[in-house]
Amino acid sequence: MIEAKPLTAAASAPPQESRDGSAARRLTGAQICLESLIREGVDTIFGYPGGANLFIYRWLPSYPQLRHILVRHEQGAAHAADGYARSKRGTVGVCFATSGPGALNLVTGLGTAFMDSVPVVAITGQVPVSAIGTDSFQESDVIGSTMSVVKHSYLLTRAEDIAPTIKEAFHVARSGRPGPVVIDFPKDLQAAVTEFNYPEEPVQMRSFPATPEPDPDKLRQIAEIIKDAKRPVILSGRGVLISRAEEELLELAHRAHIPVGWTLLGTGAFPLQDPLALQMVGFMGAGYTNKAVCDADVVIMIGMRCDDRVTTRLDSFAPRVEHLIHIDIDPAEIGKSVVPHLSVVADARTALRQLIPMVGPKREHEWLTQIDQWKEEHPVHYVKRDGFLQPQEVLEEMYSRCHDEAIVVADVGQNQIWAALWFNYSKPGLFLNSGGLGTMGYAFPASMGAKFANPEKTVFCVVGEGGFMMNMQEMATMVENQVDVKVLILNNASLGMVRQFQDDFYDGVRSAVDLTYTPDFVKLGDAFGMKAMTTNRREDVGPMLDEALAHRGPVLLNFDIDPDANVYPIVPLGKGMLDFVEAS
Amino acid sequence: MNPSRLVSVLVENKPGVLNRVASMIRRRGFNIDSLSVGPTEDASVSRMTIAVHVGRQQAEQATKQLSKLIDVITIEDITELRKVSHELLLIRMHAPADQRSEILDVVAVFLGRIVDIASNSMTIEITGTTEKVDNFIELMRPYRIKEVARSGAVALVRGDQAGISLADLASNGEGSAGAAVGPARAGITADTTGDI
Repeated sequence: MIEAKPLTAAASAPPQESRDGSAARRLTGAQICLESLIREGVDTIFGYPGGANLFIYRWLPSYPQLRHILVRHEQGAAHAADGYARSKRGTVGVCFATSGPGALNLVTGLGTAFMDSVPVVAITGQVPVSAIGTDSFQESDVIGSTMSVVKHSYLLTRAEDIAPTIKEAFHVARSGRPGPVVIDFPKDLQAAVTEFNYPEEPVQMRSFPATPEPDPDKLRQIAEIIKDAKRPVILSGRGVLISRAEEELLELAHRAHIPVGWTLLGTGAFPLQDPLALQMVGFMGAGYTNKAVCDADVVIMIGMRCDDRVTTRLDSFAPRVEHLIHIDIDPAEIGKSVVPHLSVVADARTALRQLIPMVGPKREHEWLTQIDQWKEEHPVHYVKRDGFLQPQEVLEEMYSRCHDEAIVVADVGQNQIWAALWFNYSKPGLFLNSGGLGTMGYAFPASMGAKFANPEKTVFCVVGEGGFMMNMQEMATMVENQVDVKVLILNNASLGMVRQFQDDFYDGVRSAVDLTYTPDFVKLGDAFGMKAMTTNRREDVGPMLDEALAHRGPVLLNFDIDPDANVYPIVPLGKGMLDFVEAS
Repeated sequence: MNPSRLVSVLVENKPGVLNRVASMIRRRGFNIDSLSVGPTEDASVSRMTIAVHVGRQQAEQATKQLSKLIDVITIEDITELRKVSHELLLIRMHAPADQRSEILDVVAVFLGRIVDIASNSMTIEITGTTEKVDNFIELMRPYRIKEVARSGAVALVRGDQAGISLADLASNGEGSAGAAVGPARAGITADTTGDI
């Protein structure tokens, strides 16, 4: 794109910077943006340049403390920023895109982050302020297009707003229930020169109040209910991980001997090895967890939305419950699907910390014995088949090499549920997946973000061949930056979850699920310069993983698995929690 | 009986806020019966009065979702509070000379006034509750209505019941705005804890 003259001049003639840093410096909007990001602790940006954010890219090399990763598609940038923030709790992921198509390509990634409450700040280039609304080249209504998938968004219209807006955007993204925030940044403002003063004082917004403190009366009531409970169950969601309440959760559970189950997004908040551990609940949850929830007299839901994948048919959820308790930071989640008898709007960690001393030690032997019996009757298991590699065999080999340290990023579909059900860590926060939006193509770029955020950790990406192909262009990014992610493709030559649904719930008519025409992943890896291996034999899995782990840099591992392998347990569509079907 | 709930919302007076509010209501599957918006005594704050076509439970969800919008300062479902809720009706009637006196009789009963008159028509202004405006329109139908414009309800809670007076926000200053908002938010929370 040809730039107007004055703008070109601004881009090429750096404004004077005062060296002492005491007096306010006059900087371009692009510099102010980048300096503000540094003030917010940003060290990595995933992005893609274009006509409307070139001033930012003009100045980016001047800030070597900001590492920019050039993705190969903006969706990859949004997922990578998400993976960065999810895997390094407390940070905000950042992505850049240009106007129009660049910004619109972020939408799926923003929606993914929004559904799972991930703090991401996306800075999109926009056409000059004066051109907004004229359908100029690469113009799109970014604020309008992203409105329903962001926590908040800003359209900058004045250069002096840039720094305070960025500060506010980070505050909004990470405070309360976190979420993605978009800053739409017109290119003329990127070039405009103004004084840079990063606001020192904390952000105060009358329309964004601080998270409420838990109501002590309600906590006392909960303690009383726990005291009298005969068959209590705790369900934990991603909110526990976001607020880093895992230790408190463990303490509460141990103090009152309450079994703990979790949602898909809550996977990893509670150690599976713990005698009080249940498993994932719901649609594809463990049979014994569903049994426990359905028999419980007290269910305490912490930091979760209780969506349809948890409840299955709504009236089948916890039918014997006398006290349904819901603790969540977001008042709008209370009563949205299930209406609790008692609720506390608060940060999970704060609430649990205050609740624990109110709860007396107790142990309901009969209930725990009953749960142990259900665990024996309904173990999460799979059936081996001669001549066919089972996905769980691959995952067992992978998890045996994780040592509670590796980050596992799962994609969406069968691979996601298998990876979640076989996840076995005692340490929290190391399992990532797009549980809410269910975005195929999430895992590969997100695992890249996770590795940048945690260079010292091993990162595994578990993905189907379908989901991998949705963002496989990021192989180039992976190779360019030698991002040390080990990618496990569980390849069943079909859209496995959809195929399973069609087989079981749609009259067995297989329609548009065949992925036989999938690239030879070894050759594909070779084309991108990425080490790649393939097998369909279980005896190769361990040695292949060892070889991958010994290799520095990204590795693509293709496993041709049993094409008929299904996810079990599963509750048939329209059925209730106790109607789960198990592997046989 | 009108099934819509009346929600009073104070929002930041910024571009795009109406879009955000309307979009949230649509996205959560609710319908707007009417929405009126205008600045308040503080130019940085607008008040929206929204009649949402939902039941009580849904209204709770709608208000909670709206209150999450960053530009929403505070929100209150005022359906069951004592309030003044009025709308403005402008109605242009087919009014040849021989019908005018009849129409004027009705207008007088409704304390309306004639704001425009032409050889064959006249425009009447009525203010009052939605029910009153509905009734007036019904009475006008036989005389042939040419055009109708309604403002939608604007409402204020009577006396000191409101948890969301802007004066509280202003007098307490920015720092304690959260506290002033507190009661309203806490009210929403208390309503929606699901305590049965």
